[in-house]
Amino acid sequence: MSFRKWLVLAGVAVFGSVGDCLLSRGMKEVGPLSLAHLSGLFSAIFDPFIVLGILFLLGFFASYTMALSWADLTYVLPASSLGYVLLALMARFLLHEQISLLRWLGILLISAGVGFVTRGPALTHPPQSEECVPEPEASGVRS
Amino acid sequence: MRHVYTWGAIAAIVLASTTGDVLVSRAMKQVGDVGRLLREAGLLRVIWRVVSNPDFLLGLLAMATAFFSLLFALSWADVSLVAPASASLTFVANAIAARIFLHERVDHRRWTAALLVAAGVVLLAG
Repeated sequence: MSFRKWLVLAGVAVFGSVGDCLLSRGMKEVGPLSLAHLSGLFSAIFDPFIVLGILFLLGFFASYTMALSWADLTYVLPASSLGYVLLALMARFLLHEQISLLRWLGILLISAGVGFVTRGPALTHPPQSEECVPEPEASGVRS
Repeated sequence: MRHVYTWGAIAAIVLASTTGDVLVSRAMKQVGDVGRLLREAGLLRVIWRVVSNPDFLLGLLAMATAFFSLLFALSWADVSLVAPASASLTFVANAIAARIFLHERVDHRRWTAALLVAAGVVLLAG
């Protein structure tokens, strides 16, 4: 696994969690939406936190699809769930929310799961791409 | 009755987002290593190759369906039930679907990871 690929996986976790955080912060500023007043959606779109959140979620989707181009789905999903851990830590240290013992246990379980899956190979089923020369070992061949 | 609606919507979220993940994953395997393609073909060609893939478009459609099912579920039940229930069930459903449809080798290590993460998500939201 090259440094670039680690960076993409980190991007999935960071963009996803920061994006959710920004959207949540933005929607608290905008206030609850109602179907009767859809104009509220427009003020939501112009809220700087929402704009930034959408940009981050676009970054999330880009790095997610990029990771899926060279790694298994069952590899990318657990790895990207580190974002939940990041989200909890941000809630604790940036938003000063309290984290219960159960939540710390949840963080521990997710981290353990990520540790399990990232110690194995990233790709177990070589893709049959028509135009690409198949890469027998996807991990750590190129840098 | 509300329970039935809520769990129906959660089932719809899990089904739709698993379908979306599997389709997008299959599409990206067809597209090939994006990092290498970027160096060889350039950004616009890569984007075109991704968005012209039928599996990718179907996957996006499924993900959009999952998003709207989430909105419906949230209007019937609390986010503290809907979000962890759908997220953790999606991890398990994805492990099964990836094995069946993507022929990924879901060994003990990956099963353990999927279950640990699913349990962790439930605890985190609890």
